[in-house]
Amino acid sequence: MTPGTITQKILAAHAEEGAARPGEIITVRPDVVLLNDVSGPLSFEQFEAMGVAGPFDPDRIVLVADHFAPAPNVTAAGAIAMTRDFARRHGISHYYDPGRGGIEHALLAELGLIGHGGIVFGADSHTCTAGAFNGLGIGFGSTDLAAAMATGRLWMRVPDSIRVELIGAPGSFVTGKDVILELIRRIGSDGAAEASLEFGGSGLAALSMDERMAVANMAVEAGADMCVFEGDAHSAADMERRGMAPAPAVMPDSGAAYRDRIVIDLASLSPMVAKPPSPAAGVPVGALRGQRVDQVYVGNCANGTMTDLRQVAEMLRGRRVADGVRMVVVPATQAIWRQAMAEGLLEVIAAAGAAVSTPTCGACFGGHMGILAAGETAIATTNRNYRGRMGHPDSQVFLANAWVAAAAAVRGEIVPPEEIAALMPEPIA
Amino acid sequence: MSLQYEGLVHRLGDEINTDVILPGRYLALRRPEELGRHCLEGLDPGFAGRVRPGDILAVGRNFGCGSSREHAVIALKAAGIAAIVAHSAARIFFRNAINLGLPVILCPEAAAALREGALARVSLPGSLTAPLVVQDGREWQGAPLGSEVEAILAAGGLVPRVRQTLAA
Ligand code: SF4
Repeated sequence: MTPGTITQKILAAHAEEGAARPGEIITVRPDVVLLNDVSGPLSFEQFEAMGVAGPFDPDRIVLVADHFAPAPNVTAAGAIAMTRDFARRHGISHYYDPGRGGIEHALLAELGLIGHGGIVFGADSHTCTAGAFNGLGIGFGSTDLAAAMATGRLWMRVPDSIRVELIGAPGSFVTGKDVILELIRRIGSDGAAEASLEFGGSGLAALSMDERMAVANMAVEAGADMCVFEGDAHSAADMERRGMAPAPAVMPDSGAAYRDRIVIDLASLSPMVAKPPSPAAGVPVGALRGQRVDQVYVGNCANGTMTDLRQVAEMLRGRRVADGVRMVVVPATQAIWRQAMAEGLLEVIAAAGAAVSTPTCGACFGGHMGILAAGETAIATTNRNYRGRMGHPDSQVFLANAWVAAAAAVRGEIVPPEEIAALMPEPIA
Repeated sequence: MSLQYEGLVHRLGDEINTDVILPGRYLALRRPEELGRHCLEGLDPGFAGRVRPGDILAVGRNFGCGSSREHAVIALKAAGIAAIVAHSAARIFFRNAINLGLPVILCPEAAAALREGALARVSLPGSLTAPLVVQDGREWQGAPLGSEVEAILAAGGLVPRVRQTLAA
């Protein structure tokens, strides 16, 4: 056997052809298929047109109302109703409404549906988030996923692998978000095209599962087909916590071939901010000191985790969101929302003058719950700052980690987070 | 399979993402005529009004990057775009376009050279031969599409292709 990368080994284990060498066209059978209230409705129409009696396996399909849920208008309500109805008609038990689910990629992990060696096909580009769990998340469009629901498989080209070696340990206020913003800055928005980004190395242990999600989530912003982290004690413990049966981590063979090798020294990183309109336009936070913001948004599929909420609460404890600034905080799932409430984080955040939302994609994609007006500027923990992403084409979005976002909320402008942390908080009245 | 497309060329730059092709606030829409009206609204609100049925898009690097929204392909098709000649295209967008019968020809030279507003022709001869782009008597060869992509385009999209394979 030729030595394989993690990606090649996981694909080979799911491929009808058995082998998976870069450039080959193979047919892959996923463990899970994931759709939402935006990609789902288009997919359901195509699925019905394919003329099959029902999906390949209703128990392996997950439908999440997250983009427009809770519905902001009648059209969106109709799309969500279609999704709910499709689940009911085809006996799909994994359907999640607001109050029970959350944002699909965070929810999928929480439900224990993705772990070591698994593959999820998602009708959403950020399905790559699953790479954090030593599995493969592969994004597709609605018609491809209609075919996946109908036949239980899809063709694809085996990507090259790019090895990202993490070394060292990150300093204060440096998170997974900064690792991925630095990587995208270095290789560009199509630097990983036709490739899988594979993360490993001695620095891996310093990244919690939440931080790995933040990294994996934005692999697509580097143009990657998919990405995957090495498994370790963290990922194994995570599977156990989510009630999954133990499975061995998939590790790269020695001698596996990579298109490229990139080393990132975590100790050398500072908090990064990506300037509009490109996730690849990252600069150290200090370079943007003084940039005014109208809105601060903490949320999204990978940066609305407990880790993010704890960072926000720590930064806001005893402080206030600056006058003239509005802050919206969106826990990624219902379970995270409840845990944050139990820990008292939501109280701290609300007391500081921020709005806490129910889990939703909301303003991350410019849908609802915090859309920007013409000329407005936001800083967000989301993953895209394209023109008009969060609202009017003449609004702009800066991307950053939760520490940086919360510090900007307090100051009303971008500021290195250690400068806010160094100020004595005022006692809460 | 042998497919031909002839139309006027519209040029766009690098990194045209699906958020500007079809902004997020329209994602609850599904009808092609509704989506077509908002095609490229995030970049150029006049675009949808200028395109005529059968027109050809010439684009730069990483076209269609970002969101997997198939609404972007539906909007381009409904606005009238019949074929895309690209320097390069994002994987999910490329698959979505092929699946809905909108050919994407990868050919950096043609993508750079095609003249705005002038007539061009795209031919897909099939049988693993290179697609051809022609304008003003000049000719460029694109990257071969591969047998699976050819089969989907020949069937008229992935839905008829799946019906075919399930019936076989
Ligand atoms: S939170 Fe944003 S990036 Fe994540 S799935 Fe929702 S819209 Fe997409």
